[in-house]
Amino acid sequence: MSTTASEYVGNIRDTVTSFWHGMSVTLSQVLRRPITVQYPDRLELPVQDVLPARYRGFLEVDVDICTGCQACERACPISCISIELEKDPSNPKQRVVTQFDIDEAKCMFCGLCVEPCPTGSIQHTREFEATQRSVRNLVFRWADPIKPFPVYKVVKGAPYIPRAPLGSLVQALVARRRWDAPALTYLPPEPLKAPPPPPPKPAPAAKPAAAAAPAAPAAPAAAKPDAPKP
Amino acid sequence: MTQFSFAFPKPGTKKLLVGASLGAVIGIPVLLACLLVFVIPMMHKPLFDAFIREKLGRDPASWAGTQWTYGLAFFVAGIVMFTFAAITGGIFSWYERRVAARMQSRIGPNRVGAGGFLQWIADAVKLLFKEDLVPGEADALVFRAAPYFVVAGMTLVLVALPAGQAIVVADLDVGIFYILAVTSFIVVGVILSGWSSNSKWSLFGAIRATAQIISYEIPAGLAILVPVLMAGTLSTQGLIQAQGGWPWEWFFFRNPAAAVAFFILFISQLAEGNRTPFDLAEAESELVAGYFSEYSGFRFALYFLVEWANLWIIGAVATTLFLGGWQIPGVGTQTWAAVRGSGSFPAWGWWALQFVSLGVFALKTLFLVNVVIWIRWTLPRIRIDQMMTLCWKYLVPAGFAAMLFTLIWQMIATWAPVVERITALAVLAATIWVTWRFLVQTRKNVSLIAHERIDLSNW
Repeated sequence: MSTTASEYVGNIRDTVTSFWHGMSVTLSQVLRRPITVQYPDRLELPVQDVLPARYRGFLEVDVDICTGCQACERACPISCISIELEKDPSNPKQRVVTQFDIDEAKCMFCGLCVEPCPTGSIQHTREFEATQRSVRNLVFRWADPIKPFPVYKVVKGAPYIPRAPLGSLVQALVARRRWDAPALTYLPPEPLKAPPPPPPKPAPAAKPAAAAAPAAPAAPAAAKPDAPKP
Repeated sequence: MTQFSFAFPKPGTKKLLVGASLGAVIGIPVLLACLLVFVIPMMHKPLFDAFIREKLGRDPASWAGTQWTYGLAFFVAGIVMFTFAAITGGIFSWYERRVAARMQSRIGPNRVGAGGFLQWIADAVKLLFKEDLVPGEADALVFRAAPYFVVAGMTLVLVALPAGQAIVVADLDVGIFYILAVTSFIVVGVILSGWSSNSKWSLFGAIRATAQIISYEIPAGLAILVPVLMAGTLSTQGLIQAQGGWPWEWFFFRNPAAAVAFFILFISQLAEGNRTPFDLAEAESELVAGYFSEYSGFRFALYFLVEWANLWIIGAVATTLFLGGWQIPGVGTQTWAAVRGSGSFPAWGWWALQFVSLGVFALKTLFLVNVVIWIRWTLPRIRIDQMMTLCWKYLVPAGFAAMLFTLIWQMIATWAPVVERITALAVLAATIWVTWRFLVQTRKNVSLIAHERIDLSNW
């Protein structure tokens, strides 16, 4: 592999010109403003204001205008919304929502639940900051089982449906909760698994216990200490 | 009368943070400069003998403790030089990360202290507290010893490396040859660490580093010959004294071949210091971290210390040989002798002038350090065959040509010194023109992107 004189000189010229242009480009970068956004503490605007226009953050449910139709629950492709409805014991014609849980840890923020909602009760907010030590605390409970909320009946001919300011409810919910709060205990306990080193004899004995566990949701506190961590 | 009250800022407040960082930014360089200026010249024999005679009240020729005080003085000088290398290396590590970040449109470490200036202290403390691991199958003794060879190779250079008119630990007659020789000491440490780690990455890295460093010593040596031929001495101080303070008195401008030799030396030093684009020995994408892949904690910190302290050495050697060293414009040998006075200790003006000479030297060196960092974040890593081609097909012939040209040039310069002066002014004008063209090009590059302009905010 021999190099002619013109190639030799050409190589030197190429090296010099590429140095020239390359170093000029990097120097011009030094003189420009870095594009880094120093989240979270050195922002010029609140982070909610610099997010993209159609940003989909945590789901928020305005329980005052929820009709209890469960369209969102059916629309959810990964079943992270679970809704329970009961009849109000004092007023049999009135249905109440006893459970409206959204697991934001499971939610994939697809927005399919927002579309079928007849009143615009469930909406994506621009909130996304709710770090929790326990992932179970990312289950946002919009209904209180002790004090269930009645379903909303749309007034015929109403010009608009009043809704709380978007994001205010999620902010209040997040603000009420410590980041290191203990994990929720009212979830159904997980089925008991066989102990780690299973001796051949007690293995069948573990099965009835696992079967019994979902049937006894009334005693979650008792079942909790035995439940293995996921 | 103005009321003046001062309350010590509370811990954790911004005022304290900025104050501490500013104190470090100003205090550390000032402290280092004071150490260099006031300690190192005192190590020289006439001054130190005067110190023993007048301050200790003994006769240095007959006093039994003379040798002990000499030993103590050299120990102090060693501590000062090593502290200097360690702290400049640490500051460079922060500085390089900031510059690299800006070149990549990032910000870089800016949280520890104002502007992130104290980041290097945090990193060093973190590394000191890490466990010092030795791989199970490694040759433990050699593995533990290898970093010290590398550190020794770096530290020994500082003995003959000047930083001011009297700021050199020992002005050896063969100074630049000594520097070239002890730099090779790093190779020993590199190959020891690569071999003893018992890891394929380390071994490959060490073999590459050794091949590279040994190859590039040849063009480096040839390039060093050019200023040596022009000055007629190997002593680092003699090389600087043969130049002058004004740019047209520097070797770089006085001889066209010296300008070529400067670039040859600079490229060779990049290769010997394992800097990008010649960091094949530490190629992250291929060899994890090269010869120090298996190191952790303090020993790992030593490798990084050497890598960044080498930045100063690269800049200082090139400054000494080609860019006039510490020579202050307009201050000649007579001025130095005049401000020194006739006492056994120099007058205050002399010490002040030492500070100025240190500043001039540091300015030139830091410029070259910036160039080294700049090149690192500009050029991609070259292939190993390209590296060898560059060395043997381009730099070595060019080095020989520069040397032969210098021999003829010296004859011409002796015959008609005006030729040298005219050439110097012409090369200087060409350099200024090239710099101007470069800045214009950079300005154009900034404005090539719409709505972009020069903006140095967002620190």
